[in-house]
Amino acid sequence: MSKENSKPKLKMAVYWGAACGGCCVSVLDVHEKLFDVTANADLVFWPIALDTKYADVEAMEDDYIDITLFNGAVRNSENEHMAKLLRQKTRILVAYGSCAHMGGIPGLGNFSSKEAILKQVYLESSSTINPGPVYPETRHEVKEGVLSLPEFYNDVRTLDQTVDVDYYMPGCPPQTERLLEVFMAIVNGSELPPKGSVIGALDKGQCDECERKKSDNKHIREFKRPFEIEDDGETCFLEQGIICMGPATRGGCGCRCIEGNAPCRGCYGPPDDVPDPGAKMMSAVATMIDSDDPDEIEEIVSQIADPAGTFYRFSLPGSILRRKINTDI
Amino acid sequence: MEFEPTIVSFLCNWCSYTGADLAGTSRLKYAHNIRIIRTMCSGRVDPTFVLESFKKGADGILICGCHPGDCHYHEGNYKCLRRYHLLKKYIKQMGIEPERLHLEWISASEGKQFAELVDRFTGSIRELGPSRIKEVVNTLS
Repeated sequence: MSKENSKPKLKMAVYWGAACGGCCVSVLDVHEKLFDVTANADLVFWPIALDTKYADVEAMEDDYIDITLFNGAVRNSENEHMAKLLRQKTRILVAYGSCAHMGGIPGLGNFSSKEAILKQVYLESSSTINPGPVYPETRHEVKEGVLSLPEFYNDVRTLDQTVDVDYYMPGCPPQTERLLEVFMAIVNGSELPPKGSVIGALDKGQCDECERKKSDNKHIREFKRPFEIEDDGETCFLEQGIICMGPATRGGCGCRCIEGNAPCRGCYGPPDDVPDPGAKMMSAVATMIDSDDPDEIEEIVSQIADPAGTFYRFSLPGSILRRKINTDI
Repeated sequence: MEFEPTIVSFLCNWCSYTGADLAGTSRLKYAHNIRIIRTMCSGRVDPTFVLESFKKGADGILICGCHPGDCHYHEGNYKCLRRYHLLKKYIKQMGIEPERLHLEWISASEGKQFAELVDRFTGSIRELGPSRIKEVVNTLS
């Protein structure tokens, strides 16, 4: 055995639940550093790149995998099954990316219900002709045997609402540099943070990192959408009347959106001491409204077209209310 | 059995809590459904408190602060007012009747008004019926 192989390699898995695939691609974005990764780790399961089957994972011993990056929310019974299976086979399970962390974009499905979504997709959308009507079935018998499909859940769930999670790595997707730092720390045997920590991000808020000019006097008389202003490229978005999730968002992403002259959308989730990013954002934004008159305040608030969707864009299933309570209201 | 709503109330230390105190020392009777939480200012009432109360089973939430212009900290009640309007819009989007959240100004001398307000608000929540928030939030479906 050569010297290089004398140290046992880490076994690593990357899996997607209800996700767009971007998180898996962000792992590929390590580019040539992939050689450093494969020098130190064997990728034993990674559906976007490898042809390992579910049965191969089922055949592994418990805790066989050292680290699993689970991205995507839990939307159906297949996602749930794989989350539970990977939990059983993995020593360190990481909720990787906004969807696994707080529900992410698929989590916006919690504004609707299973019934309404299936109705829209299989019955009402203008490109659908479904005279049956035929709905997806979880079990269907044909003469060759039984066909099955995963069950679609009413609620989109975060990973930690399904299984025990060791660490969270936020972002949509997480910045690849942060992933490499975390990976190399594990490889080099650095002391790991306490279980349940958010890793690969800062403790401080986004505004601390943001280089735009900020003053204490934030007075908003009109909320605007980005196309309605001529951004000077250096003044705080909120001071220009644009909603920016910076005040309720954890730093660590390198302010890529803001550097691209787009306001923060909150994919890194809230800082440690904030239980609900949307509530914190409402608290912050409301106080900036420059009026003491109830009618005028209501008028200014009405300019925020969709507070729930804006303030909980990446975090609805992980927030306090978790989903729309009554879909008839 | 008739539905007895759980009302959580946040009262500011300087005006509204003193007003509630006056209702008590004046021996006024009002609905027993209210659970009072004293905060230093209505501006201290973080939207998180409101959402957490709903999650834990509040059927209605009443926030009271000093009248406009009377805030001990100059503008805390205005901040509360702005948050209140935004929160109302948010809870409506979340499928919660906006009437379950109410803001009213109560001064230290308005014990009678406070007692009447509690009766009125409790009555309106009783009419609205029990909140489903606790059940829905705590059950994955």
